[in-house]
Amino acid sequence: MDMTRTSAIILRQVYLVRGSVSRLVPLFVWVGVDMILWGFITRYLNSVSSSGFNFVPAMLGAVLLWDFFIRVMQGITMAFFEDVWSRNFLNFFATPLQISEYLSGLVVSSIATSSIGLMVMLLLATGVFGLSFFVYGAMLAPFILILFLVGIALGIFAVALVLRLGPASEWFIWPIPAVLSPFAGVFYPLTTLPHWMRLISYFLPPSYVFESMRAILATRTMSVSSLFWGGGLAVLYVLLACWFFQRTYRHAVRTGLIARYSAETVS
Amino acid sequence: MTASPPAENVLSVSELSKAYGSTVAVDKISFAVGRNEIVGLLGPNGAGKTTTIDMILGVLEPTSGSIQIDGVDLRKNRSRALGCTNFAAVYAPVPGNLTVYQNLRIFGMIYGVRDLKERIEELLEQFDLTRFRDVKCGVLSSGEQTRVSLAKAMLNRPRLLLLDEPTASLDPSVAQEVRDQIREFVARTHGGVLWTSHNMYEVEEVCRRVLFLSKGKVLLEGDPRTLPREHGKQTLEELFIALAREPLVALEAS
Repeated sequence: MDMTRTSAIILRQVYLVRGSVSRLVPLFVWVGVDMILWGFITRYLNSVSSSGFNFVPAMLGAVLLWDFFIRVMQGITMAFFEDVWSRNFLNFFATPLQISEYLSGLVVSSIATSSIGLMVMLLLATGVFGLSFFVYGAMLAPFILILFLVGIALGIFAVALVLRLGPASEWFIWPIPAVLSPFAGVFYPLTTLPHWMRLISYFLPPSYVFESMRAILATRTMSVSSLFWGGGLAVLYVLLACWFFQRTYRHAVRTGLIARYSAETVS
Repeated sequence: MTASPPAENVLSVSELSKAYGSTVAVDKISFAVGRNEIVGLLGPNGAGKTTTIDMILGVLEPTSGSIQIDGVDLRKNRSRALGCTNFAAVYAPVPGNLTVYQNLRIFGMIYGVRDLKERIEELLEQFDLTRFRDVKCGVLSSGEQTRVSLAKAMLNRPRLLLLDEPTASLDPSVAQEVRDQIREFVARTHGGVLWTSHNMYEVEEVCRRVLFLSKGKVLLEGDPRTLPREHGKQTLEELFIALAREPLVALEAS
C-alpha cells in the first residue's frame, strides 16, 4: 500500500472542507444542536424525576456516542459522494490507486471529520451540561472504539451499495442510523424491546456498548465478555464491509459501471 | 537480478474482446503502439473505441485477451501498468470543485510524480494555465478544462498516453497548439499515444498510423496519408464515411 496515494485522498477532502462553508459547518452544527437539545431535555428530566436518577450521563452520554457513530459513518459516505457528485470515478480508478488505498483515505478522512464533531460535543456536554465521562472510567475507550469500527463498517457498506445501485440510491444511506437506533437500545435497556427486536439487537455491536453504559451507571459493574462480543462483531463487520466493497468494485469493473457511472446507466 | 530491457512497444493488445451477454462490443482485436508513435483509433460511434480505451485504462475488464503496457501485464500488475499510463477524455473532466493547482497536486501524488511542485509549475506554464492556478475547474470554459485535463494527463510523463477526442472542445488555434504540444511530448519522452478523434484533418496531421474500428473489429490499419488512395478514396474522411456506412462494401471495392 502506498501512503502517498492514500494521503492524496485525504488531502482532497481537506481541500474540499477548507474551501467550502457548506461542507465545514455541518461537521459541528448538527451535533452541537443535538447536544443543546438533549442537554436541556436531560436537565428537565432531572428536575421532574423524584428517583434521583441522573439522566445526564445516561441520555446525553448516549446521544453523544450515537452521534459520534453517525459522524464516522457519514465521514466515509460524504467523502465517497464527492467522487459521485464530481463524476470522478474514471479519473481515480484509471490510476495506480488501489482499492485499499482509496478506502484507507476515506477512513482517515472520516476520523478527522468525526473527531471535530466529537470535540464540539464534548465541549458542549461537559462545559455546559456537566456531563462527566469519569463515571465510565477506562471503559470509555472500548465504547468509542466499537462505535468507531461499526461506523467504518457501515460507511463502507453504504458506499458499496451506492456504487452498485447508482447515485440515485444515495437516499438509502441517510436513514440507516435512524433505522438502527431502535434496535441499538440507545435510550432504553434491550429488555424493553419485544423478543424479535432483541434478536436483531444481539447482532448490533452498539447495543452492547449502550447496555454496558447503563450497567456501569446502575451497578458500577459491567460484563466484559459482552463488550468483547460487541468488539468481535464490529471487527467482523469491518472485514465483511471491505469484502463487499471489493466484490462490488470487481462487478463494476466487469460490467463497465465505473466507466459509465450515472443514475441512468444502472438498473 | 538484471533489469529487463525496455519493451519496444508501449502498448501491446492481443486478441482483446469484450462481450455484454450476447452483444460483442470488441471482438478479438490486436494492435500495438510503439515508442515515439501516435496511433489513431478511428471508427463510427459505437465501434468500440471507448470500450477499448476503458479496458486499457483498467476500468473495464476484458472478456478475453491481454493488455501489456510498457511490458507490464495489466491484469497481473494493474497498479504498475497504470503508473506509466495517463489519459484525457472529454467525458472525464477533472473535478470541478477543486482548483487547477489542487487537482494537479492530488493526481500528481496518486501518480507518484517526483518534484511535484516544479512539475505542476512547468505544466501550468506549458498549457497557459498559470492565471487559473487558484480557480476552481468547474468555472473554467470547456477549452480551459480540456487544457487542465491534458496537463493532468502529462503529469507523470506517461509512457502511454490515451487521448479520447482531446481537441473536441477547442477552437482551431488552441487545438493546433495542443497537437503541437502532444507531438513535442512524444518527441521528448519517447512515449506512445493512442488517439481517438472524429476530426480526420487532425488525424492525418498527427497520426503516423491509424486503425479503423467497426463493430468491434479492426477493419483497416495503415498510414492515414496513403490509406485513402489504397482504397480508392480521395481523403481520409471519404474513407471513414464509406467504412462507417458499408464496411464490407468499402473493403471489397478496394
